[in-house]
Amino acid sequence: MAYWKDYYTPTTVEEAVAILARYEGKACMIGGGTDLLLEIQQGHRPKMDALVDPTRIEGLQEIVEEDGFLVIGAGVTHTTIVNDERVRSRGTCLVESCGVIGGPQVRNVATLAGNIAHALPAGDGTIGTLALGGEIQVAGPDGIHWFPMEETFIGPGKSTVDAKQMMIARIRFRPTGDQEGSAFRRVMRPQGIALPMIGMAARVQLQGDVIESCRIAIGPASKVPFLAVETMKFLAGQPPTSDTFAKAAEVALEEVQLRTSPHRASAEYREEMIRVQLPKTVAKAVERAQSGQAVPEGVGA
Amino acid sequence: MSLLKLTVNGKPVEVDVPESRYLAEVLRYDLGLTGTKIGCNESECGICSVIVNGRPVNSCIYPAFKAQGADVTTIEGLDKEGQLHPVQQAFLDHGAVQCGFCTPGLIMTAKALLDDKKAAGERVSEADVKVALKDTYCRCTGYQSVINAILQASGEDVKPYIPETKTPHRTVGRALANPDSLAKITGRAMYTDDFCFPGMLVGRTKRAGLAHARIRSIDTSAAEALPGVVAVLTHKDVPGRKNHGLVSVDWPALCYDKVRYAGDAVAVVAAESEDVAAEALELIQVDYEPLPVVNDALQAAQPDAPIVHEERPDGNLLKHIKVRKGSIDQGFADADVIVEKTYRTPMTEQMFLEPECSIGVPKGYNPESFGGRVDPKAERGIHFQHDKTTIYCGTQIPYLDRDQTAAALGVANEDIRIVAALMGGGFGGKEDIAAQIHVALLAERTGRPVKMLYTRAESLLFHPKRHATVIRIKTGAKRDGRLTAVEAELYGDGGAYASLSEKVMTRATTHASGPYEVPHVVVDCYAMYTNNTPCGAFRGFGVTQSCYAVESNMDLVAEELGMDPIEFRRVNALDVGGTTCTGQVMRESVGLKECIDWLEKDMRAHHEENGTPFQWSWADGTKRYAWGIGIGYKNTGLGGGAPDKASAIVEAWVEDGKAIAEVRTSSAEMGQGLPAVLAACASEELGLPYEQVRVLLGDTDHCPDGGPTTASRQTYVSGNAARLAAKQLRLILATAAANKLGHSAGELEFADGHIVCNGSRASIADAIQWAQESGQSTKIEHEYWAPKTQPLGTGGDMHVAFGFGAQAALVEIDSETAEIKVKKIIGANDVGRAINPLTLEGQIEGGIIMCLGNTLTEHFVTDQGAPWTDVMARYKMPSIKHTPKIISRIVEHETADGPFGAKGIGELSSIPTTPAITNAIYNAVGVRVYSVPVDQDSLLMAMKAGEKECLMGWGDFEPVPSVPDRILVSAEG
Ligand SMILES: Cc1cc2nc3c(=O)[nH]c(=O)nc-3n(C[C@H](O)[C@H](O)[C@H](O)COP(=O)(O)OP(=O)(O)OC[C@H]3O[C@@H](n4cnc5c(N)ncnc54)[C@H](O)[C@@H]3O)c2cc1C
Ligand code: FES
Ligand code: FES
Repeated sequence: MAYWKDYYTPTTVEEAVAILARYEGKACMIGGGTDLLLEIQQGHRPKMDALVDPTRIEGLQEIVEEDGFLVIGAGVTHTTIVNDERVRSRGTCLVESCGVIGGPQVRNVATLAGNIAHALPAGDGTIGTLALGGEIQVAGPDGIHWFPMEETFIGPGKSTVDAKQMMIARIRFRPTGDQEGSAFRRVMRPQGIALPMIGMAARVQLQGDVIESCRIAIGPASKVPFLAVETMKFLAGQPPTSDTFAKAAEVALEEVQLRTSPHRASAEYREEMIRVQLPKTVAKAVERAQSGQAVPEGVGA
Repeated sequence: MSLLKLTVNGKPVEVDVPESRYLAEVLRYDLGLTGTKIGCNESECGICSVIVNGRPVNSCIYPAFKAQGADVTTIEGLDKEGQLHPVQQAFLDHGAVQCGFCTPGLIMTAKALLDDKKAAGERVSEADVKVALKDTYCRCTGYQSVINAILQASGEDVKPYIPETKTPHRTVGRALANPDSLAKITGRAMYTDDFCFPGMLVGRTKRAGLAHARIRSIDTSAAEALPGVVAVLTHKDVPGRKNHGLVSVDWPALCYDKVRYAGDAVAVVAAESEDVAAEALELIQVDYEPLPVVNDALQAAQPDAPIVHEERPDGNLLKHIKVRKGSIDQGFADADVIVEKTYRTPMTEQMFLEPECSIGVPKGYNPESFGGRVDPKAERGIHFQHDKTTIYCGTQIPYLDRDQTAAALGVANEDIRIVAALMGGGFGGKEDIAAQIHVALLAERTGRPVKMLYTRAESLLFHPKRHATVIRIKTGAKRDGRLTAVEAELYGDGGAYASLSEKVMTRATTHASGPYEVPHVVVDCYAMYTNNTPCGAFRGFGVTQSCYAVESNMDLVAEELGMDPIEFRRVNALDVGGTTCTGQVMRESVGLKECIDWLEKDMRAHHEENGTPFQWSWADGTKRYAWGIGIGYKNTGLGGGAPDKASAIVEAWVEDGKAIAEVRTSSAEMGQGLPAVLAACASEELGLPYEQVRVLLGDTDHCPDGGPTTASRQTYVSGNAARLAAKQLRLILATAAANKLGHSAGELEFADGHIVCNGSRASIADAIQWAQESGQSTKIEHEYWAPKTQPLGTGGDMHVAFGFGAQAALVEIDSETAEIKVKKIIGANDVGRAINPLTLEGQIEGGIIMCLGNTLTEHFVTDQGAPWTDVMARYKMPSIKHTPKIISRIVEHETADGPFGAKGIGELSSIPTTPAITNAIYNAVGVRVYSVPVDQDSLLMAMKAGEKECLMGWGDFEPVPSVPDRILVSAEG
């Protein structure tokens, strides 16, 4: 069956954006197509005249270090991220979150850019990137600009990055440094769709015996990938003890909006999982910050 | 059209194709590399995996032009000059190939793993295999053999896991690869969609989409006017019988008065392309008057329920099935302990990996008139003549397909030919008519071959599933542990059409007191019509459901009695001399107690290995562990008075100086290993090496009727037919040889391809020639009749034999999340006689994992006749990561009439796993699960609240009625 007509693999960002413009809303970006093509095939999205694949754009298939950032190109697959030593040690929660997406066949083609552009509240790679303080570089009719990723989410599956006009060209975050660590955990059920019942990631900066600062992302905990700002504020300045972590979970429970998703998870279960998993996630990030060692866990699980 | 350049299997290729092509389509349809299979087209099953620039990808959703310039390796590129790749060899050695449909995907994914690890200089661990194959599914094997095979291929010293069995005969009893496995591991095996006929059209079906509605009118004019549409047919175009059905003829080939479930077929289209066919479906206008929907079996039994089939005298009651033994009042009066509970099981889906496909070829078809030839690469001795309407399809019952198609077309049965292609799994879901009638109608209308390949979504929507049931069961026992009474009431959701409901629910009913000696039994089962997808056969045939209820109650009673669950079962287990609830006295072949002994031994051995004393449950940190057990049995053969017969031909000839024998019968191979059994039976009787025996199945013009492949019957009936035909053939050969060798025929020994007697020796090939020279035919047909059985309610032998099985499950539950892992399954099965321990083990492991899915992952969720489970991604079957360690024990209490003593095994292992796991969950966390699949969400909430009952399974909309009362006042008048 034909679900699109033309397939483009441009070699520059400008060319990609120009193709989108030329098709006037009848073309869109595609990464691995592991969300997009299924949605079109299953009738949840209209067929397209053209697909624009950024994986052959020069430089966008790589992860590079630039200006103190780790920069991930739009063509970078989850497999590439999972295998990258720099991300493993200094963006550990991203490896852990991308490493549980699908199986190897999916991770070999699916991109982090696609995961973020899809803007699902519980997109795993999205949650991992959000905790790291990720930014995305968007190229479109208005030029090319960096945005903190949380500014681009406007609703479940909705982002200001309109893939029919714009592309995410790059994603970047500051790698964790001295006394810093990150971790990701999720809870799945063995039935139904491939999205977690709940997932969360934390990035923790220690200052001696206290948590200096912290970023925590949880999904699904709101209409958009959720940054637990109050919990982050609470944790700043606290000692990294189990008591603190348990209290943090209670703070998080105050600020999240948990829903029951039919056949996926009840709000009560999600609440309980925040209580159980959030302390563990923060504790793991702290442990990594303290030891300076990070070995990603659960990849491929 | 654009030029696509690839290197495929080391060779550069260029094809001019539309840019909308997927890689799988290019490989299969443009390059003819049909070894790559498509199971879902939604990046879910992984069986379409090919290697692109060193990495496995799902070719089904990989845009072909994304691969421009890439290096692509497919299954066809693995064996070099007849030398198998080590992974292929290992799959063969370990019996990791059953239906073979997933095999190319598993092998390609495994190869990529091995290549990666080799490049990194690392060894491959079991954990690595589980990560690499996590999303590459196999519905047949249960994965243990797959893991072992891959480890062997990586250079580890891993031997095939073959349980101990009796000393083998010459062939029978030996672990031998299924004869068709080689074709399957190399990608040469032909399934229906792999056939391509010149001039072939694409067929598609317009489905109702509504669960219950009256048809006011159907307008096909716009569809017919669409360029590229060759034919649009509705019920008006069905010249013969409008309905079909295996038991009751109630299922319209194309709906005429009403639609009764969302998957009902209303019209069919044949078009020049898939796109045109899809557009044509959109243009067909059906005017419906929606009717109220019957949502489930309990609602169906309410007096005010809407009626699904108005013409039936009993309303929605499809069948009331009864078992009566002794006096139930007496039984409960005798009881010291009584437990009464209600259980629920959901509708589940076979999820064979090959979606239904049928090709109709019109009578008199000549490929040359379409400028082509039929691809001669088909290897299975398929006779490509088309002097009658011919249907290529994967089917479990070729002869009934033929007869039902003939009836619809209004022609004689002999005017239709069914050619069964290899089948990528069936498990019961390919017994009813799918598109066979439709493609025959379209082919005859258009004069061209027409292929109908269902999408996964259509397959899910259309085909009969496992019955959802609600089972109330009341069990009584004395202080000493002896059961006194079982009373059960079952409601089965039969869906919109009868399919095999009556038979399936009868099995659920007659097995509802378990494999125990129970003096007083009353069982009432109500199979109901609803507006759900029809329910029919699915491995376990109703017994999977009732066993869950029976064995859960058994544990509850044991607890009340303060008795060890194993001891309690041992006290009550059927034995020779015992009587089933239908009044059948067991005269032989009851190995149940031995199976139970194995469980006890192996559970203890597990603890001894770990240096701990045996305990039913224990904790470690946040993890809770426990064992649970379940016991089951399953009839072999149709039974219940149904004539149960199979015919087979065994023909011998000489080819290149070698004796060849071919077994032909129209029974079906869907991965269960029937060819191996038939070849072994013939090889054994003829003394001919196994490799010299071929098997041809399911061509109704060349193979006699083997009857339905259902009820675990084929080893028994077709195995016997093949064995007895071979025996007669041996007599002919012996007579011919006796004359030449100067001995009496009775003195001759047939072994290893030779006939020997007192030092004189001749080859079987010679004997074949001698027989033929003397004018004897070396083609023997034998019709085997299984011993007569009695209808339910008349006492006596309802079945020719029963297989018995016992399983123990070790589970781990995270007390914080209620996530469940099954760590180990011990399964002991009395199979009568293991004809081929390798394929037998494959059946056992696959059955266990399938039933593990029934317990933990699988539910075809539907509400008001609208399935929520509309894609494979919404129906998780167990993946390799769910695979526990399986310990398998074979008990062989031979049955006198089975071939070499064998009974059926295809379903048995898929029966006791559910209660073994749910009993283990109870032992671990103190919560009993009354509805499966277990929902970790509800389970956790029950654990937190300190409740002992979990009444919601995953996908349920409301709790199981917990009131231990009659569920409804009798549905029957
Ligand atoms: C079997 C399976 C399991 C999965 N499991 C998980 C899981 O566990 N967790 C999870 O989070 N997801 C999961 N997914 C979903 C999916 O694989 C991921 O979300 C993936 O990261 C999407 O990436 P992609 O490159 O395939 O995106 P695509 O499908 O190509 O695109 C997704 C969306 O993003 C847009 N887009 C893509 N690239 C760009 C770009 N550069 N700029 C702007 N817009 C763009 C597209 O237009 C589309 O709207 C699973 C999918 C499958 C098939
Ligand atoms: S993943 Fe491609 S066919 Fe299933
Ligand atoms: S052998 Fe794997 S699906 Fe049949």
